[in-house]
Amino acid sequence: MENRNNFEPKIVAFFCNWCTYTAADLAGVSRLKHAPNVRIIRVMCSGRVDPQFVLDAFAKGADGVLIGGCHPGDCHYIEGNYKALRRSELLKRMLKEFGIEEDRFRLEWISASEGEKVRVVVNDMTEKIRKLGPLALNKKFVEWDKEMDELEHAINQNMEVQHA
Amino acid sequence: MPEKPKVGFYWCGSCGGCEESIVDLAEDILTVIENVEIVLWPVAMDFKREDIEKMPNKSIVATLINGAIRTSEHEEMVKLLREKSVYIIAHGSCANTGGIPGLANQFKKEDILKLVYEELPSNQNNEKTFPTPISQENGFKLTIPIFRNMVRSLDQVIDVDYYLPGCPPTPKIIKNAIMNLLSNNLPPKGSVLSPDIALCDECPRRDSKPTDLTIKEFKRPHLTELKPDICFLAQGVICMGPATRSGCEALCIQGNMPCSGCFGGTSRIKDYGAKIMSSISSSIAAKTEKEINETLDGIPDPIGTFYRYSLPKSLLRKRIDI
Repeated sequence: MENRNNFEPKIVAFFCNWCTYTAADLAGVSRLKHAPNVRIIRVMCSGRVDPQFVLDAFAKGADGVLIGGCHPGDCHYIEGNYKALRRSELLKRMLKEFGIEEDRFRLEWISASEGEKVRVVVNDMTEKIRKLGPLALNKKFVEWDKEMDELEHAINQNMEVQHA
Repeated sequence: MPEKPKVGFYWCGSCGGCEESIVDLAEDILTVIENVEIVLWPVAMDFKREDIEKMPNKSIVATLINGAIRTSEHEEMVKLLREKSVYIIAHGSCANTGGIPGLANQFKKEDILKLVYEELPSNQNNEKTFPTPISQENGFKLTIPIFRNMVRSLDQVIDVDYYLPGCPPTPKIIKNAIMNLLSNNLPPKGSVLSPDIALCDECPRRDSKPTDLTIKEFKRPHLTELKPDICFLAQGVICMGPATRSGCEALCIQGNMPCSGCFGGTSRIKDYGAKIMSSISSSIAAKTEKEINETLDGIPDPIGTFYRYSLPKSLLRKRIDI
């Protein structure tokens, strides 16, 4: 297990091609420094981000998931970011019931000119998740299934030995 | 006369509805019985675990297992049946994806036991008796299975060859499955034995589904007068049709109730709940965070609604912090 003190959060970021990905590019060419903890995946629209992608990222070991899209009204595909917003609001409610902390999932509107906002959001999210510690669901899944290593007969026999 | 192929039925954490679905084959069950020899069926016939243990490996052609996996006994029995059977068929929603019992994955094992054995108003348990894996009674050692921390689907415990979805599966798809098995007309391993298209495709109300669906308010079926011939989603009632596999012949819809998703997703879906909630929430009319949330308040239990039959088989499997 990673030590909490040198824990580096892994954040999967889905950035829309037209706004947020371009903003991340801008942050790069402007030499803005931000935390290296995001793995950016370019999608054509924040509306392309299926909630399954978010859950899959968590299930495969991400500590946080960030979605970046165009500001309301600016979507290249007119409506995509509204769909992203509606899904995110419902997904947030469900993640809460799954016991996943609020700060691990975030939807942000970042336009192509807001390179600075990329820096601020990524740094802020990284720090918040660093405080929460690792989620490490992929490791938890292995732990959960260890209880099946011993079947009923073996359990009964072991207990008999203990009782004898 | 050549020996008839052997078939078994077994149940794990289930309500018995899937057993009922076999009986619902009605007179077709005679055709089944003519063609197979049933070697295990705890609900209806007297076979013991020892009878199965004595059989050579792979001597049962197919075993249909229903119910979710929750105890060490379920695990041990399904592992035994896996060894003895050529094909294992997950029978019904619980074996497929965890089913209704799978919703227990939102709660801690200890809290469930406390509720069931102590807190329910119908209980009278003055001695505070709780299930104990091993106990002594008049000098005899008594053992009961261990209650695991979580509910699992069948394929999270053993290798599964085919899936028969539904809560319960309809007699028609069960009969087709058994007949295909007997005629050795088998689809690729891992197939779900039901058509791989969404329920909306065979829904009698499909023509009334608007192309651009917008939901202003979620209405709950028991508080709403449901129109008998208009798409449920168009009425603002959550219907899982868009993501749910067909094959049930829209039985609930014909009974004027929306689909609750017991057949699970089509093959393109990895996480059923996430997919259907994505489909339904993107049709909300509201555009601001506040208004969207006001609309979402109309879904008081999103996990129980969207993962009603599939929580253990979801990507996250259970509430992670318990």
